[in-house]
Amino acid sequence: MAIVGDTEPTGAPAADQAVVALEQADNPSSPVVRFGPDRPLLLDSGKRLNHLQIAYQTYGTLNEARSNAILLCHALTGDQHACNRHPVTGKPGWWTEMVGPGKAIDTDRYFIICTNVLGGCMGTTGPATTDPETGEPYGLGLPVITVGDMVRAQAMLLDQLGIETLFCVAGGSMGGMQVLQWAATYPERVFSALPIAAGARHSSQNIAFHEVGRQAVMADPEWRGGRYLLDDTSPRKGLAVARMAAHVTYLSEQALHRKFGRNLQDRDKPTFGFDADFQIESYLRHQGMTFVERFDANSYLYLTRAMDYFDLAEDYGGRLANAFRGSKTRFCVVSFTSDWLFPTVENKAVVRALNAAGASVSFVEIDTDRGHDAFLLNEPEMFDTIRGFLSSAAYARGIA
Amino acid sequence: MNAPQRSVDNATRVDHLVIAELVEPGVRVLDVGCGDGGLLSLLETTRGVDGRGIEISQKGVNESVARGLSVIQGNADTDLVDYPDNAFDYVILSQTLQATHRPRDVIEQMLRIGDKAIVSFPNFGHWRMRGMLMLNGRMPVTRNLPQAWYETQNIHFCTIRDFIDLCDEMGAHIERGVALNGSGQRIALNAPWWFWNLFGQQAVFLLSH
Repeated sequence: MAIVGDTEPTGAPAADQAVVALEQADNPSSPVVRFGPDRPLLLDSGKRLNHLQIAYQTYGTLNEARSNAILLCHALTGDQHACNRHPVTGKPGWWTEMVGPGKAIDTDRYFIICTNVLGGCMGTTGPATTDPETGEPYGLGLPVITVGDMVRAQAMLLDQLGIETLFCVAGGSMGGMQVLQWAATYPERVFSALPIAAGARHSSQNIAFHEVGRQAVMADPEWRGGRYLLDDTSPRKGLAVARMAAHVTYLSEQALHRKFGRNLQDRDKPTFGFDADFQIESYLRHQGMTFVERFDANSYLYLTRAMDYFDLAEDYGGRLANAFRGSKTRFCVVSFTSDWLFPTVENKAVVRALNAAGASVSFVEIDTDRGHDAFLLNEPEMFDTIRGFLSSAAYARGIA
Repeated sequence: MNAPQRSVDNATRVDHLVIAELVEPGVRVLDVGCGDGGLLSLLETTRGVDGRGIEISQKGVNESVARGLSVIQGNADTDLVDYPDNAFDYVILSQTLQATHRPRDVIEQMLRIGDKAIVSFPNFGHWRMRGMLMLNGRMPVTRNLPQAWYETQNIHFCTIRDFIDLCDEMGAHIERGVALNGSGQRIALNAPWWFWNLFGQQAVFLLSH
């Protein structure tokens, strides 16, 4: 399928953006910590990573007691650029609504760290990174990674930064999975945890959508069995289709209808062809086109796989409550009424398990029609909840 | 079930104080329908309890969370089943019973989850309520319960006698009962039930298995 038409110019021309993006994989504009074979990362697959680099951004100031650090965990297509201008797209960071001076996650009070996840493509080791042992990009030579691996890599970075305990770990969607994994793996290092629009496992339906996306990437002849970087090609069309399909799952029927309805794009009657007649088509094509400039196709395969494999209960004898037994962490779980990717019922399963484990947990379901992506948007009720939760936790932790 | 109307005058605060007296220090407490978390805060500060709450309204949850309480947005009728047996020492239902769809099921769940249950509710047997029905022929509307019948969330009013009958039927043991008159004063312990039922504006009961 050809993806044609209707892109808006944003920052650098598209071809330049792709070059900049590729450069970021090895030499990111963010600070980087590198680990060598003396500190290998043991992966859940049983393999090991002898070379690991982690790119991260920080905002705000670490206090003297080193007690005010918050780790932000990004979602599938996010990165470490949570609230600074993006080096590839030139756009504001993905969580500027939530994070900043005086915002719900207040950079005047807290020290914020956001890392690019393991398997990502913005400077942390991923399939687009050059393997120091071969001098070529890892490609599919990179072992399959898990959410657990992502979290252990983040812990290595925090060790390096000298941060023993996190005041909070926060994130939405795949970021929320990392939050839950953090709370389960390192309960003593997590004072409070804020999983938003997430679940303790990836549902069958979600795996299905991911598989559609992966098949779209792998069906693109330019994917070249994952060796497209060596062949100097790119499976842009496949990745764009994957993004288009996935993007629908981040919205809701009501929001789509409100925003686009059956409106036609720059025309007053259908063309009786396969051009983007409808605004929604044009919008999705734009989403697909812009995404491929900044995101590595293999990275998309690895990260969707990591989410698919996520099942926290499975790691604890089939009982999710066991993952949180004895936890002193304060939890605040947030879901959205119109989220059908991680619906309230999945979030509540986490709440139920935390209750059964006797953990301290708060839960709110935010009433909105904006679907899964609501966690990235201006949702005042969500901000109020999170601000209140963090303030009371800060008081309990003695943060001014 | 929607957020029940809560009375906000002196008598209610006394009702909180009565509940606080019934709760042993340092125990685990679940407050079902905790509103803005006022009672839970009182229990944490004065009794040093380890408190949790369930509240249906977003506003109440936000206010509670901002106070530093652990509160879950949820519904007394449907969400108590999620709690394990004997998870709490006390499960409290303060001024919420009348807004539940299945009051009996809720109380049974409370006694399953908790060692003891504390239930407080407005008494529809109070002479003023009876008077309004008898003299005006209309559903009572009072300062504490100001909404008309067609808009109130309170759908299951009962009298003190009704409540005692329900406890008998369920086999729940009433360990203690306190009735408060319209001024928030306690009605003498040695007064007979009919007196309580006529002059108690609110009642608080401590139940066990």
